[in-house]
Amino acid sequence: MIFGLGVLKGMMVTLKNFVLSYFTKERLTTVQYPEERIPEKERFRNFPFLIYDEKPEDLRCVSCDICAKECPPKCITIVRDSDEQGKPLKRPKVFDIDFSICMNCGICEEVCPFDAIFMDHEFELAEYGRFEDLNYHKDDLLKSNEYFAKIRPQDAARIDAKLREKAKLKETEIRGHNT
Amino acid sequence: MDYTLKESPTLETQMLEVNLGPQHPSTHGVFQMNVTLDGETITRLKPVMGYLHRNHEKLAENMTYLGSMPFTDRLDYICSMTNNFAYALAVEKLANLEVPERAQYIRVIMAELTRLVNHILLVGFLLNDLGAFFTPVLYAFREREKILDLFEAISGSRMMCNYFRFGGVKVDVTSDFIPRVRQIINNFPKFLDELETLLSENEILMARCQNVGILPEELAINAGITGPMLRASGVPYDIRKVDGYSIYNRFKFRVPIGETGDVYDRYYIRILEMRESLKILDQAIKELPDGEFISKAGALGARSPRNFKAPKGDAYGRIEAPKGELGFYLVSDGTIKPYRYHVRSPSFINLTVLEDMCLGQKVADAIIILGSIDIVLGEVDR
Repeated sequence: MIFGLGVLKGMMVTLKNFVLSYFTKERLTTVQYPEERIPEKERFRNFPFLIYDEKPEDLRCVSCDICAKECPPKCITIVRDSDEQGKPLKRPKVFDIDFSICMNCGICEEVCPFDAIFMDHEFELAEYGRFEDLNYHKDDLLKSNEYFAKIRPQDAARIDAKLREKAKLKETEIRGHNT
Repeated sequence: MDYTLKESPTLETQMLEVNLGPQHPSTHGVFQMNVTLDGETITRLKPVMGYLHRNHEKLAENMTYLGSMPFTDRLDYICSMTNNFAYALAVEKLANLEVPERAQYIRVIMAELTRLVNHILLVGFLLNDLGAFFTPVLYAFREREKILDLFEAISGSRMMCNYFRFGGVKVDVTSDFIPRVRQIINNFPKFLDELETLLSENEILMARCQNVGILPEELAINAGITGPMLRASGVPYDIRKVDGYSIYNRFKFRVPIGETGDVYDRYYIRILEMRESLKILDQAIKELPDGEFISKAGALGARSPRNFKAPKGDAYGRIEAPKGELGFYLVSDGTIKPYRYHVRSPSFINLTVLEDMCLGQKVADAIIILGSIDIVLGEVDR
């Protein structure tokens, strides 16, 4: 073989790629990010958020502390709320997630028995402060069920159906008790 | 006119000690080499590791079994799926968990896609080390992105997949999974052909790589080298064939081996392995059965990791990761946490022969020899 032919052949490949990158979509893969965006995948997970059904006051979380215990890097802090007599209530008083520690593994979502915590699609979360700015409190984490249905329609439909089933079962049980 | 010296100089020359890294772009992370040079020739090379130590093993010993699954993603952050695979195998062996058929197939497809990702990236970065600045890497990235997009659509994350669970996988694949994998199987060979036209016969690449950094067969076996490095030295040892873990004994594929064990062989063996991986993918996607993606016991364990207990004993789960034999050794004392958790990482063990390969070579060759070992510092330092 002639010496240098391999290099020339290789250069033809780069030339082909260079020229074709102006015409074919297959070779033109760059997305001009802030203006142009790739559609988000439904299963994409970033940071967790807390879900509420109708009003932000009645969130699904019952502060059972399971997610905080299972979280591998231990980024969730939950303090249970209590009424005036000191009786514990089924809602969190403090629910903090430190986004600087969270590693987006999605285990909290998997283990939650009440379908109260889910992984969000939001990813533009840059802050100036390292510690307190990234420590998200309960109010920052709350998001509505409609929002969840918007970002993850399939999962939301499945979970809503499951919750309706559960509510129906509970209702019949109570009715059974009364009669 | 002849400019070279007729007689060898009688001047006293000194050895020069050079620190390559840890902030050197060619070390693929934070890795340091203390090199002693005689002129340009390497006379001694001492690797310094541990800059990226994150206490992985002790962290895992203080965590539930599933809790360290997302941490295994971060060992070899390029191929998180295979890391998950090895860890899941070890725990399944320990706890005697069955894996449904469909999950086995999904696992194999994911592992082979990961092999494509890893090898294509290695070839790109090896060329970067050689001085072909970023053209091959970006061609490689373009193809890799298609596979990572698939990973994202299925597991939720491009690189930190956290997709495997004990006894299956986390969620079932999406409905467009089969056509997308087929598309990759159809398009990838075209890309490989193009890459080979660009590189394999390139005279500069051949001059730089051939007969550089030779790893003799005997040394490779004695040092416990595994993976493409061992096979490039001419030893047909592939754990997919030897062990037949998961369902690998159902697929027909060949194990490519090299002749001389130099950098060029190590480059070329990866190209050949990608072609074999495509064959496995093709067979697996054809046979992908319906059914459960996780067993009942596995689903229960994934739902409440705190109640998942492994019986007393120990287990070693190993797979043929893209870089070599990746093994997880677990000792259980019957509680929810492993008593001992050890990772046998291929990058770390393959790195031990770096000095033997570099002695007598030039400094510039040390960079490509390191590049051809295919290390990821997340796995070396753990």
